[in-house]
Amino acid sequence: MVNFIWLFLIVISVVVGAFNGKIDAVAGAAFTGAQAGVTISFGLISIMVFWLGMMRIAEDAGLLKKMAQLLGPIVRFLFPDVPKNHPALGYIMSNLSANLFGLGNAATPMGIKAMQELQKLNPDPAVATPAMCTLLALNTSSITLIPTTLIAIRMNYGSANPAEIVGTTLAATFIATAAAIAADRWYRSRQKPPIIKGPSQHLAPAAKPGAAAASGGGGGVA
Amino acid sequence: MLEAFTRASAWLIPAIIVFIPLYAAFRKVPVYETFTEGAKDGFGTAIAIIPHLVGMMVAISMFRASGAMDFMIGVVRPLFDWLSIPSEVLPLAVLRPLTGAGSLAFTADLIHTYGPDSMIGRIASTIQGSTDTTLYVLTVYFGAIGIRKTKYALKVGLFSDLIGFLAAIFICMYIFG
Repeated sequence: MVNFIWLFLIVISVVVGAFNGKIDAVAGAAFTGAQAGVTISFGLISIMVFWLGMMRIAEDAGLLKKMAQLLGPIVRFLFPDVPKNHPALGYIMSNLSANLFGLGNAATPMGIKAMQELQKLNPDPAVATPAMCTLLALNTSSITLIPTTLIAIRMNYGSANPAEIVGTTLAATFIATAAAIAADRWYRSRQKPPIIKGPSQHLAPAAKPGAAAASGGGGGVA
Repeated sequence: MLEAFTRASAWLIPAIIVFIPLYAAFRKVPVYETFTEGAKDGFGTAIAIIPHLVGMMVAISMFRASGAMDFMIGVVRPLFDWLSIPSEVLPLAVLRPLTGAGSLAFTADLIHTYGPDSMIGRIASTIQGSTDTTLYVLTVYFGAIGIRKTKYALKVGLFSDLIGFLAAIFICMYIFG
């Protein structure tokens, strides 16, 4: 799917660009795009380095485990195939809470760290696991309580009530997230049960009762 | 209420930054060494994302420059007119999943042109605030760990963007209409 979208964007751009007589602009855009990609990645370095340092302290102090326990039932419903008390759950929690409070630059490092932890449970490191897809779904729809950037923009342009969109945004984001979770569940239920091997084998029984009940017989624990 | 929240948000980061090391220190964790140890991974991870982000940004910025987006929007516009939905917000349906900065700029422009308290301004604000940039999130998260087969992740993300887009329009038209 990513291969298709990438190819589609490039081919369509050149074809339509040629048709519109904008072929120069399209060629130029390729290089400004490349530049933007590098700029964004470099911008990520500082926040990644900082937050991963912070989060390592939190992990060593046992804070992440505490967080995972706190919202255990919800997380276990969403991630039935991640063993209980696995550090990945703590990072997932931190990522979701950072999104919730609109702390975008903290959410990304924690999300990436959560992915790295989930990768450790992955039998085939090149293929995304259901848990990774769920985490991605939650992040692409990202529930945010208060859209601070937009309120600021509305204020700048002299809105009579800049915050009046908080309610509508909350409702829309809630519906988008519900749709993401529903779609994710549907795809999960069509998956073959994953083959769990290696060190996670002995952890599987511990996670089984909750997982089996929550997943509705889907791609839970084999 | 809102002011209390923005104030709380401003305090949140400093509170987290002081709470984590303080708590860890009580737990006898060598905080500074642990910080630098964990921080080491940050650089490599950010660098690993570069090829993925460059690839995506090239395709997206070519797409925007070519005028292909306008063409796609032209196809859907009659349907929007028929439902009496302001079609000025249509480009957001394409832009929002592709580029966060691009769709934010477009939203700001709509707010500037039509006013923040117009229906268009309200719908655009709601769309912009209610979902995240799916392609960016996918590129960065999966790029960082070297996932090649993304399975159904992109479909789920784009589906939720579409639902969020439609929900934003209908909720705004119902509430402010």
